[in-house]
Amino acid sequence: MRVTSRLLGRIRGGVHPPGNKDFSADAAIRELAAPSTIIIPMHQHIGAPCTPRVKKGDEVYVGTVIGDSDSYVSAPVHSSVSGVVIQVAPQAHPTGGEVLAVLIDNDGEYLGDPSLAVPGPWEDMEADEIRQGVRDAGMVGLGGAAFPTHVKLSPPREHPIDTVILNGAECEPFLTSDYRLMLEQPEAVLEGLRIIMRAAGAARGIVAIEDNKPQALKVMAMANRGGGIEVTPVATRYPQGAEKVLIASLLGREVPSGGLPMHVGVVVNNAGTAHAIARYFSTGMPLVERVVTVTGSVVREPSNLMVRIGTSFSAAIEACGWFTEPPGKVLMGGPMMGLAQYTLDVPVIKGTSGILALSRGETEYSIPSEPVCIRCGRCVDACPMGLIPTYLASYAYSEKWDAAARLNIEDCFECGCCTYSCPTKNPLVQLIKTGKKELARRKKRLESQASKVAASGREGEGGNG
Amino acid sequence: MDNNLIVSTSPHIRDPINTRRIMCQVIAALAPVTIYALVIHGLPALWVLLASIAGALLGEFVMEKGRRMPVTLDDCSALLTGLLLALTLPPLLPWWIAGVGGLMATILGKQIFGGIGHNLFNPALVGRAVVFVSWPAYFAAGYAKSAAIGIANTATHKSIEAAVDIVNGASPLAAMKTIYDGAAKAPQGLFGSSYYRPLLFSNPWGCLGEVSAILLVLGGVYLVVTRVIDWRIPVVYLGTVVCLTAVSGRDPLFYTLAGGLLIGAIFMATDYTTSPLARRGKIVYGVGLGVVTWLLRGWSNNPEGVMFAILFMNALVPLIDRYILPRRYGQVKKAEEVAQA
Repeated sequence: MRVTSRLLGRIRGGVHPPGNKDFSADAAIRELAAPSTIIIPMHQHIGAPCTPRVKKGDEVYVGTVIGDSDSYVSAPVHSSVSGVVIQVAPQAHPTGGEVLAVLIDNDGEYLGDPSLAVPGPWEDMEADEIRQGVRDAGMVGLGGAAFPTHVKLSPPREHPIDTVILNGAECEPFLTSDYRLMLEQPEAVLEGLRIIMRAAGAARGIVAIEDNKPQALKVMAMANRGGGIEVTPVATRYPQGAEKVLIASLLGREVPSGGLPMHVGVVVNNAGTAHAIARYFSTGMPLVERVVTVTGSVVREPSNLMVRIGTSFSAAIEACGWFTEPPGKVLMGGPMMGLAQYTLDVPVIKGTSGILALSRGETEYSIPSEPVCIRCGRCVDACPMGLIPTYLASYAYSEKWDAAARLNIEDCFECGCCTYSCPTKNPLVQLIKTGKKELARRKKRLESQASKVAASGREGEGGNG
Repeated sequence: MDNNLIVSTSPHIRDPINTRRIMCQVIAALAPVTIYALVIHGLPALWVLLASIAGALLGEFVMEKGRRMPVTLDDCSALLTGLLLALTLPPLLPWWIAGVGGLMATILGKQIFGGIGHNLFNPALVGRAVVFVSWPAYFAAGYAKSAAIGIANTATHKSIEAAVDIVNGASPLAAMKTIYDGAAKAPQGLFGSSYYRPLLFSNPWGCLGEVSAILLVLGGVYLVVTRVIDWRIPVVYLGTVVCLTAVSGRDPLFYTLAGGLLIGAIFMATDYTTSPLARRGKIVYGVGLGVVTWLLRGWSNNPEGVMFAILFMNALVPLIDRYILPRRYGQVKKAEEVAQA
């Protein structure tokens, strides 16, 4: 059973929501002119936020470092336009709440920072140098999670990497940014994969694309001719593009519970990330723009835009002809894991793969006040991690934290298949998220208590002595 | 406009499936056999059907009103319970007994536990168990001679009725039980295979839902294909019964077609609330059902064993769900690593 599913690139569990890629699949990527004011948050990645390196009145250029951090798990942020810093202040952030951000008055000249230089042919560089370059360029996973790429490329000695998977699955409905990149710039995407392979010391490179994108498979295979990289179709099923799921369906390896892909010798990178890395090594320009799919049934002209980081959502939507009717929800990302926005003044950040507007009708589904599980088992069958979502959710609801931990609530990566598939419209993954947060909080508190007890114990001994 | 945006956590789309649609799909799967039962058994079966459904709906309504809970008749689950119960009752049962069964099904079988999703036992079978224990005579005897309708009164039917005392309770399973048990008054010249045709296409000697095995199987195929039920429970259940009866030297096909096995395996054992959640658990559950059914049919006083087998295994479902979990992603690797460390 496992062998056959591996051959077909099939995944365990998952769901098959309507793809809705047709809105924007045929729209070629076009450049979006940046608005006059750019908002660049200091926190656009998983890890430590950056501290601003500029102040009000400073002149900046395209590619100027405006924020950086001394932490290992972090990535610098750069200005995406040239102009003058207006303000450094907290601003609404698309992941929720307010985050310190640098506001720049765009002078429209797009002058590159004079200190930028082409890093030199990567073929001649050591892995360390490449990693440093990737960090300097502010690279993070562009699929949405925004994990700093240089960290992924730095496996500890005991976990050598043998395979780099380039994730072109794009399993979220509606999104087409990776698809367009692979169609339009396959060479750059493959070049990026080779750079990543060199940095990670991996011999094998695989490009995984869902089999509902035959055009992308063809173009990538053509571009790769004789390139020694495997271009592989995988089954079209959400969440195929989740790295743990993709590793299992391509290689039959399973990342241990609580572990990382490197623990099974794999690095997974998004196609967009590879493209951005290739561009940095050929031009020296750090990550200052990305492809964003602006789509949905209520967007007048769904498009794939090359957007400068810091452009507001409203500017991007305006470039697509605004809405045909007032939307019910505007999301950053796809409908399965995207984040709902309360304002369109938030900026596009590194992790913004798409801006999706859903109509009122699409957002309305009857949710009973007290959904009752009928134990149909659909969530269990849909869970790619082999968990029992209905139990986890009910334990989280009734605050049975130990029971939730025993059933491995922490393994959930919040793909939302359980909630999607539930006939009683139970908010399963929502409850599980709450449970995970609470469990993490309690763990932290216990640890701090334990260290306090240990400290007071030592004091007591001292007093007795 | 900004102020009107809805903010909620992901996912932002839902599968259109809902409880009512699922229940209606099961009802649709049962519709052919129900209609066919009315054709074969005529008016008495209609009264049983209506009374059973009315009882189930009334029980649900009264209990939910009494508990000051929202009335959930619109999810069609009580309707399905009443229908399933009727299909497991003999056609000549007085209508008021069927009504009592319907009441007991939703009151004792379902609402007592807290309503849909909370009951331990299959509600329709609880209702049937109450009727079965309280008025056993109707199950042990009183099956009609084959109906006037030609399809259920062929030469095959006539030859069987010549050999077997149908009126005094010789349902197919009962008749064959006397043969296998070596009873003195066992009918001569009768084999399990004599029954194949009537059981498949037109069986007047049994409960409403036993009129045609082929219609039940078709309904089951529909439910499996539309993913309403998982194939594992019926297939493993039937497979276990087939294997065990073959091993014990009885006619496995006859034992599959006769009695309540098919309707039980396809429509009762697959009840969501009272069956295990995980696929592995469903397999264990199916094997358990098969073993208990085989034991009861072979060695209990009753020729039939499906109802009590399912009720018995229902009671074990919480246990199965506690210990037989799906294989977690990354689980094996972790165990290996621990072993290596």
